[in-house]
Amino acid sequence: MPTIGDHDHSHEDHERTFQPDEEDSLGYYAIAEMAVRELLIERGIFTADEFRRHLEVADHGNQALGAKVVARAWTDPDFKASLLRDGSVAVAEYDVEMLGHTRLYAVENTHDVHNVIVCTLCSCYPKPLLGLPPDWYKSRNYRARVAREPRKVLAEFGTFLPEGVTVRVHDSNADMRYLVLPMRPAGTEGYTVEQLEGLVTRDAMIGVTVVGAPV
Amino acid sequence: MTQQDDDRAPRGYHDLGGVGGGPVDMTEHVLEPWEKRVDALCGILVGKKCRLMTIDERRDAIETLGEDKYTSLKYYELWMAGTMNLLIEKGTLSQDEIDERMDQIRRRLGLEAEE
Repeated sequence: MPTIGDHDHSHEDHERTFQPDEEDSLGYYAIAEMAVRELLIERGIFTADEFRRHLEVADHGNQALGAKVVARAWTDPDFKASLLRDGSVAVAEYDVEMLGHTRLYAVENTHDVHNVIVCTLCSCYPKPLLGLPPDWYKSRNYRARVAREPRKVLAEFGTFLPEGVTVRVHDSNADMRYLVLPMRPAGTEGYTVEQLEGLVTRDAMIGVTVVGAPV
Repeated sequence: MTQQDDDRAPRGYHDLGGVGGGPVDMTEHVLEPWEKRVDALCGILVGKKCRLMTIDERRDAIETLGEDKYTSLKYYELWMAGTMNLLIEKGTLSQDEIDERMDQIRRRLGLEAEE
């Protein structure tokens, strides 16, 4: 991104930044964001540089970090124990800062239990580990259905769990964010941690799917 | 804040857990630049350094916008609307100064005034 957040530049730069062929609808709330941001920066509430850094996170997400944590848990029993005991503490070494007072809970999939996460009230999500949530995670239908009929919803994602498996749905909130620790797929015995990271997907860490065996 | 969802339990229009619905649309859209800017701004305001508001406060501000707005505004429009109301409620900014700055920005960008 070019100069957004840098307020030492001239107004002409603004016009260039928001040239019409860039897909950016500047409706009421888009303009409101600019106004609020400018006013708060002028008040010294935060700096343009801090805004830029937050924008980078919004831009690039961070789901690679979630995959790193999962692959590490698959290969390092001490780390796994620590992750399941207190997720926030375990991921702190990755320089992950959970926002506000949020705590991270990792929930482990096993042959008997499959976990899936949702935020029925809004869109709480382990952003520092997975980036921004996908649209469907925030959608009315996902929020309204997954707690009541998780198997049906998972089936829509192409995930069919054996009948004996218990499905647990975890409802996230401002204080508690969940991360699903998927099962390590069969056939990956000789894999390096990096190879394992490559197998872990965002949707498996939300729990709407599983990590498939390598093909 | 709450509405009568059925005879037994009062339920807010935001309180969707278990109410049922249609198929989940798995299509994802690439965030527009303005959506990323709203995400970044709102993230800063609840962050450890600013602490101008908590995540719960923002959620509450969004849930009290009224059902019309809750069901018609886009996701990041809701975030921005709720965040603005909170900033005004807390006395950090006034509606007048936000409006005035929005007018300036529209002029600067050569946009028609609206609302």
